[in-house]
Amino acid sequence: MERTRPSKIIPALIGALAVAIGFAWAMDRHASFASTASPSSPPDATYDPTLIAKGAWLAAIGNCNTCHTASNGRTFAGGRALSTPFGTIYATNITPDPETGIGRWSRSDFLRAMQQGVDREGRHLYPAFPYDHFTHVADEDVNAIYAFLMTRDPVRAQTPANRILVPRPAIAVWKALYLKPGPLVPDAAHDASWNRGRYLVDGLAHCGACHTPRNALGAEKEREDLAGGTAEGWQAPALNETSPAPSLWTTEQLVAYLRTGFSAGHGTAAGTMAPVAHNLSTVPEVEVKAIAVYIAARMGASTGARATAAGNAPGGPGAAEWSARGEDVPVDANKATDGDAIYRTACADCHDGGRRGIALDLSTSVTDTTPANLIRVTLDGIHPREGEKGELMPAFRGALDDTQLAPLIVFLRTRFGHAPPWQDVGGEVARAKRPLESEDRKSS
Amino acid sequence: MITLNVNGRAHEVDADPATPLLYVLRNDLKLNGAKFGCGLGQCGACTVMVDGEAVYSCLTPILLLQGRAIKTLEGLGSAERPGPLQQAFIDEQAAQCGYCIPGMIMRAQALLERNPSPSDDEIRAHMNPGLCRCGTHIRILRAVHRASKTMQGAIPGGKRA
Repeated sequence: MERTRPSKIIPALIGALAVAIGFAWAMDRHASFASTASPSSPPDATYDPTLIAKGAWLAAIGNCNTCHTASNGRTFAGGRALSTPFGTIYATNITPDPETGIGRWSRSDFLRAMQQGVDREGRHLYPAFPYDHFTHVADEDVNAIYAFLMTRDPVRAQTPANRILVPRPAIAVWKALYLKPGPLVPDAAHDASWNRGRYLVDGLAHCGACHTPRNALGAEKEREDLAGGTAEGWQAPALNETSPAPSLWTTEQLVAYLRTGFSAGHGTAAGTMAPVAHNLSTVPEVEVKAIAVYIAARMGASTGARATAAGNAPGGPGAAEWSARGEDVPVDANKATDGDAIYRTACADCHDGGRRGIALDLSTSVTDTTPANLIRVTLDGIHPREGEKGELMPAFRGALDDTQLAPLIVFLRTRFGHAPPWQDVGGEVARAKRPLESEDRKSS
Repeated sequence: MITLNVNGRAHEVDADPATPLLYVLRNDLKLNGAKFGCGLGQCGACTVMVDGEAVYSCLTPILLLQGRAIKTLEGLGSAERPGPLQQAFIDEQAAQCGYCIPGMIMRAQALLERNPSPSDDEIRAHMNPGLCRCGTHIRILRAVHRASKTMQGAIPGGKRA
């Protein structure tokens, strides 16, 4: 009997899938999805400079340039490859080039793309474009971004074809399940700053795109909003009450971190967070403060590892202990694969006893749910944006071999994270060591 | 005692395991190619190769290097018989004050051993961590391109006619 069950389930699944795809196909070119614009509606050249300036900082909050610019490519000209579990998607050219960009898009075409995830031709857009968040953005803010983008230099750059398994019509099903269109209802229980912060975080800033875990269909898990996710191999820490931050984030620390990429009490915005902080450095402080107010409130009295680690923060009861662990403590030559010995000879010179590197007790990279960030920062370091000053940690990729890196990571977790061991450190090391091959197609 | 394999030769070194490789190379082994620049892994003047990868010798303790293959500038050739990459730097006159050049050469060597025909973008990205305050970057790029060709026999090495 048991052996017959799969044979019944599989045809049923295939049948359901066929119905879903048929439904989706019918939905693909819904009458209301026909372009709302004339074949060519050149943008109005008389945008109010104030509107353009507002669009510029709104686009910075939206982090548009990060995805829509290939490495070494022209800004907003697209071509950046986004690797998803379903295939590779290329970010489109959003400069006002009429042939390869959005030069022929009307304001209403743009509004519809942002809020409903439909392109000018009426095709569903893949939700790698986070319209599940942008649907909450007010028309007037979208219009300001439109004015900003339409006044950029047009760049002729054809977006490469996506290499993805999911047909566009199937996106209709995804939208029916996960797109909750329309504005957010303000929460009267909270003040204006909190509500402004939620509007930005849930909407334009789309923080949840990285900081919320996703389900098998690639949608954010609604019940685990901001509970931590992943971004291109990096771990995006939880920003809700499960925050793993070793010490409480204050609103002021969040503002500093988001606007400068560094908080003395927590560390540096590295990996995929670095461009976010760079963008927010161009945004009016009051907006970043609203984001900080909301995130700090969401973290609240979080249940992370801070209770045990807080005692080791500067001035705390454990602080004296670090200084005793300085690089002057002798190390035995046969300890080449001992995490403690490696820390003392290779890391302590900067990180121990309140020297120039951040005390690792304070770093979320040692308390988070996976070692992804700690391994990546150890291998590749932290580097300021090209041509700008900023925090710097050298790369240790060549200095540490695999027999040394894994024990070091295990040691840092125990000693500074005060947390149970991570599973599969070796596997994460292997993933992080895989050579990064950019699939970007940049404009020339 | 720690045993280090430098340029194919085993050396017994009597030093604290926490000693940075750079000090052992210069003070104990008298291999003065690698230079002390910043001591913080920010300039690249101290760069050597370990197991084929570019490494800052100023912040790599010798504890980590037992049994691993260390290659320094001296391992590529000598003043009398420069190796192909060294010859390319001479041919392109890629040094001004020259202090960063040993690190630049070792970083480039690591790239060419892994990728014999790098594109200009690949060379720029790989060489990015190396600082040259004289500003000879364009000549350094030319030298790496030239070495890539001579090492594959596409053009003869040696001085330009």
